[in-house]
Amino acid sequence: MITNKKGRRSEVKVESSKNMVGHGDIRVVHRGGSKINFRQPVITNDSRLLLCASGECVKVFSTSTEECVHNLRGHTDLVTGVLLKPSNQLQAYSCSLDGTVRLWDFMEGILIKTYDIGYSIYSIHTSAFHKGVTFIVTSTLSDKRSESFQLVAVRLPQSGDQLTKAQELSAVIGDVSSNPAAIVFGREGEYIASANGLHLEVFFFKKQKTFSFFLKKDNKKGGRNTFMCVAAHPKDDCIATGHEDGKIRLWRNFNHKKEYTYSTMHWHSNAVSSMSFTPEGTNLLSGGVESVLVLWRYNDVSQRDFLPRLGSAITHIAISPDGALFCTSHSDNKINIIQGIKVSAVLQGLVTGERVETDLIVDPRSKSLVLNGRPGHLQFYSLDRDKLVYNLDIVQQEYIHQWGLQQFKVVKVAFDACGNWMATVEERKQNVAELELNLKLWAFDEQTQSFVLNTTVSAPHESRITGMCFCQATASQTTMLISASEDGHFKAWQLTRSAQGEDEGPSLTCDFVGAYRGLVPECCCFSADGSLLAVGFQEVVTVWSPASWDLLTTLSQPPKAIRNLCFGQLSCSKYLVGTTDDHLLCCWNLLTCSLEWSTSMDISLLLSDPLTENIAVFCCHAGSTDFFVFKPSEPRPVFSLKAVCSGKVTHAVFAPREEMLESSEESSQWLNYSQLYFLTQCMDLMTFSTKAEEDKLMASSRQLMIDDSVAMTPFYLLLGKHRKGESGDAVSSASAERPPLPQGSEAIKELLRTPAHVLPSTSVLCSMFVKSLLVSVGDASEESNHPKEEMESEKEEEDEEEDREMQSKVSRPRRGALDGLCAERAAPALTKPQRRELRQFMKLDHSWLAGLPHS
Amino acid sequence: MASYKPTQIQVYPKPGEEATQDTLYWKNYEQIQIKEFGAVSSIDFSPVAPHNFAVTAFTRIHIYGPYSLEPLKSLTGFKNTAYCARFRSDGQLLVAGCEDSVVRLFDVSGKVALRVFKGHTKAVHVTDFTSNRYQIFTGSDDYTCRLWDLPNATELNSYREHTDYIRCGVTSKLNRDLFITGSYDHTLKLFDARADKSVMTMDHGQPVESLLLYPSEGLLVSAGGRHVKVWDLLKGGQPLVSLKNHHKTVTCLCLSSNGQRLLSASLDRHVKVYNTTNFKAVHNFDYDASILSLALAPDDESIVVGMTNNILSIKHRKRPDESEAVPSQPRRRPSYRMPVKGKNYAPKQEDYLVSRPVKEYLAQYDKQLKKFNVSKALDSALEIWRRKRSPEVMVAVMKELDRRGTLKNALAGRDEQGLGSLLHFLLGNVVDPRFAPVLVTAAEMILDVYKQVVGQSPLVDRQLLRLQELLEKELGYQKDLIEVLGMLDTIFASSLPKTEVPCPGSSRANGLTPGVMGTSRPQPHAT
Repeated sequence: MITNKKGRRSEVKVESSKNMVGHGDIRVVHRGGSKINFRQPVITNDSRLLLCASGECVKVFSTSTEECVHNLRGHTDLVTGVLLKPSNQLQAYSCSLDGTVRLWDFMEGILIKTYDIGYSIYSIHTSAFHKGVTFIVTSTLSDKRSESFQLVAVRLPQSGDQLTKAQELSAVIGDVSSNPAAIVFGREGEYIASANGLHLEVFFFKKQKTFSFFLKKDNKKGGRNTFMCVAAHPKDDCIATGHEDGKIRLWRNFNHKKEYTYSTMHWHSNAVSSMSFTPEGTNLLSGGVESVLVLWRYNDVSQRDFLPRLGSAITHIAISPDGALFCTSHSDNKINIIQGIKVSAVLQGLVTGERVETDLIVDPRSKSLVLNGRPGHLQFYSLDRDKLVYNLDIVQQEYIHQWGLQQFKVVKVAFDACGNWMATVEERKQNVAELELNLKLWAFDEQTQSFVLNTTVSAPHESRITGMCFCQATASQTTMLISASEDGHFKAWQLTRSAQGEDEGPSLTCDFVGAYRGLVPECCCFSADGSLLAVGFQEVVTVWSPASWDLLTTLSQPPKAIRNLCFGQLSCSKYLVGTTDDHLLCCWNLLTCSLEWSTSMDISLLLSDPLTENIAVFCCHAGSTDFFVFKPSEPRPVFSLKAVCSGKVTHAVFAPREEMLESSEESSQWLNYSQLYFLTQCMDLMTFSTKAEEDKLMASSRQLMIDDSVAMTPFYLLLGKHRKGESGDAVSSASAERPPLPQGSEAIKELLRTPAHVLPSTSVLCSMFVKSLLVSVGDASEESNHPKEEMESEKEEEDEEEDREMQSKVSRPRRGALDGLCAERAAPALTKPQRRELRQFMKLDHSWLAGLPHS
Repeated sequence: MASYKPTQIQVYPKPGEEATQDTLYWKNYEQIQIKEFGAVSSIDFSPVAPHNFAVTAFTRIHIYGPYSLEPLKSLTGFKNTAYCARFRSDGQLLVAGCEDSVVRLFDVSGKVALRVFKGHTKAVHVTDFTSNRYQIFTGSDDYTCRLWDLPNATELNSYREHTDYIRCGVTSKLNRDLFITGSYDHTLKLFDARADKSVMTMDHGQPVESLLLYPSEGLLVSAGGRHVKVWDLLKGGQPLVSLKNHHKTVTCLCLSSNGQRLLSASLDRHVKVYNTTNFKAVHNFDYDASILSLALAPDDESIVVGMTNNILSIKHRKRPDESEAVPSQPRRRPSYRMPVKGKNYAPKQEDYLVSRPVKEYLAQYDKQLKKFNVSKALDSALEIWRRKRSPEVMVAVMKELDRRGTLKNALAGRDEQGLGSLLHFLLGNVVDPRFAPVLVTAAEMILDVYKQVVGQSPLVDRQLLRLQELLEKELGYQKDLIEVLGMLDTIFASSLPKTEVPCPGSSRANGLTPGVMGTSRPQPHAT
């Protein structure tokens, strides 16, 4: 038994954590991509690929299939900008907070060069008219932490090295915004415009002159003039600026201090977050919180086209270089690719938002992770494929995109044991007094393979719902749902078949309302077999029998309220584990109704694995999170890991594995049946992964790589043989003398290696190629010279080793003989293995060759 | 790009009873009313085919046909109030008592009484034929009941056992000698004509107003006071059930023709329908006045009710074929002048069907909401309410506008007429508990917006005053209800038995000392 003496307990902890470091086979890894809407995405010249910054890497998506083609990894901090290289459209720059600019070949996914700048870079800008110079935004050099930024021109050195240091920095404009949308190059790179706060600066490169324009903070009508984004017309001297109050101003004649003019266009009701001119300059696209893409005609601003209901607030707009494809990135971690007036593809990442109101939950049927994503929706995210499966509209109301509007939020989700029923709670708090609550029950529909609304209970409680859980016992006949609320009651809801007919299915009805001394219930939990219900009423835990609704017993742990409760599983089902507000972890034995043990730790999250006895605990300690796995019946923790991540972990879930791991090691056994996923404070989805698992993953990916390198053609067989032979040689007889490669195969190799576009025409090559394969007359005479040896070697064809020795014997005299012949004959002689290969080659199917001329 | 999601019209639970099979059955009647000359004291259906019925009211007996509004025949000649007209089982003869103690026998086709039975000394309230068709049985206010011979109009027997008025009685349909009487002395007595005394006596507890024998004649139902009681005759008059569903005296009983339902009518203006298997009330009819008499036509074709306000209410069963007769003609499809190619093409099994995209039609208010025309959306919802009188749409649109934060804008800027119709809507629905949360905020907003213009329009002012009145009344109701609730709470709290919940924490500081509790309590095995 664990005593609650702090000293002894902590000793155990230290010891075990040391163990873990020693093993090092369980690591915390990222799961589920980071944000893809952080910065403006880039569409490549051929409109086939889309590049976007995502966490510490750059992702390359296909615009037609929505698949991620490459993950450009290399940066060590947040990537803050991606840009095509103006001089070579097949390469892209990316900049990051780690102070480097990297050049990538995004078609192949290769890092070409790294330029070390030395300062954190917040955005990057280039122009085709400024060769060799890139413009980056860094924080003002003197103070790294300051909130003021400056635009700096950097000459990237042209050297062959992988890693070069760029030191030629020159400041262009001081005091700019870190938002990349607020800086733009003007017509033919003549000027650069930057907006920050309430002033717009235009810097002309030729005259080396800056013009500044100021706006008043507020005008009389209540408009707010703060600049949000800037766009420059590609053919005309015109700058468009978007403002906080939704106005768009078109600035002209700005190369004069006084005579500048601007015209105002107003459609957006909230801030314009992104704007872009089409490459021809005929249209201006703008977007904002309204989630409507507005297309303004440049020549006739009164004409507008709209693309409404794009899902959520538009954060960035990008246009392909040919102007055919638009893409909009949205605040819900989504990129829409729009062709014409239709959304042709959607890249949707895991939506985590600022808060996850619903906990992380695993859908028992699809084994996908469920959490609230888009406003009013639930997202089902497949953990295996790392992809969003679908969004389920819970609120089923038109979403009004407007600042300051209180919307319905999905706050609680629960699934029953087999995933046939799902319960959701949505709430909307308009003001302090009014709270709108809806409890909805969803039934799984086999035909459509999704959830269908079954029952809506409006205002199930008078106040916020603090906890909700389904009875998880698979054997029970009835489906029971418990909801606990701040109004001091908990209610039991039961599925009942309606009285009069079979035409309507079962629906949800209230079965029992429970309360305890007017206290507020804060958490509820069913035991694994569904025979007990524990409800935490502040500092008192009440245990009820769902069959008769009798209060069986109360357990209390004053003076602080109970925060989390969970029953032990399987062999530990007699234990009830709870955490309190005063950093206490308590374990009660339900058979004796007494406290078994308790220990002091600042626990932020407690959850039990439904498949094993294990209970996982995240505790917050000195700004970082420690992690423990224990069994309620044993004093030693099964596993512990210090400093898993920084910040508090408040959401985690055990997801059952597809196939069981067979780890016998004590420390990783707890991961055999299920995997633990958790959300860090910065909303990154992480998981614990074992070494064996990673190895498996690596192996499968490597295999894939070999498979698709060369197609299965006769050439592949020829090549493959050679490679295999070489490698086998190197391994088996490293000391043995390497046979000189015959000239003929060298020619073939050359032919195969050279890129197709530099080769001469096929007619020229063909004769050469055939000649190289031909058995020359010279060889025949040689063969007659050494008939015996030839015979010998053919006999021992099977034996590789002997054959090689034989070769070396044969080749030496032949080289001598060939010395004279070489002058006359271009065709090189063939060695025996070559000839053997040739024979093999003859036997092969050549039908593919016949097909070539036709294609 | 998602499409516009239309406003959800919330389905509210309907106040009142649930629609069961019974309510559907008993609601399917249409009512006609006929004015009689006095309170309708008795109604009897003829047992033979056209099922005419005799209505006894004041000094007349009217015989109505099944669908006639005018009486087919009127039997007069009573010197005083007539009582209890009854048909013989062949429907040819009819007997009736009278306030002047004379019992008269009529031929249904004739006008003048065929026989007159004199012998009672006080008003005769009960008359009936016995099952052999040649005798009648009467009960009178002189505490006697008598048997009479029809052919020669002589008194066969007289029983004087009751000690108060005899006001109801029933003869057995299976045995010609048995009849049962109910009296104001609270007793029911079963008489056998072959014996000189009553063979069975049951105590109802209240003055008995009505009696009913089951078709099997094993069960007897009696009504008196607020109670309806069922007696088992085969077990010697053992009481089976006592029903107390009325809050005034039950005056009349009736069985539905298949014997599955029992109907009881009362002075509290209700007719209640009971299931005869579990004796639960399954339906309820409301009438305008206290009910004195009730009868059901064979096969429940009509329900006839007589009331104290001289009104005879006849409810006829609605015929299902009547409603379907009108649209029997097939609707003509619009004919196409140009032949549509492939109109008659039937897809084969292997064909891949490409369905035409279904165009979604939005309601008018949704169209306006989609365009953010808030005032117009509210107007079109108001229009729907004006046409259909269903406030759900209006409430849903108001809720949606409130969610969008534009309800105030939608309510503002209306002229006298517009504001008038809005207030009219509010007056009708603001106190409905289903809509109150939404409508109260709307009413507050209206008062906020229009408080400057109060006093400019007499129409609006009148409506505002009515609104104020309505709300004050509602507040009074709520106060009363809360008082009642408080009273009920105290009653419930005192009546509930106190259960002791085992709480280890209450006896000690907390459960930290294990073992003590473990020994005191039997340990169940771990699951």
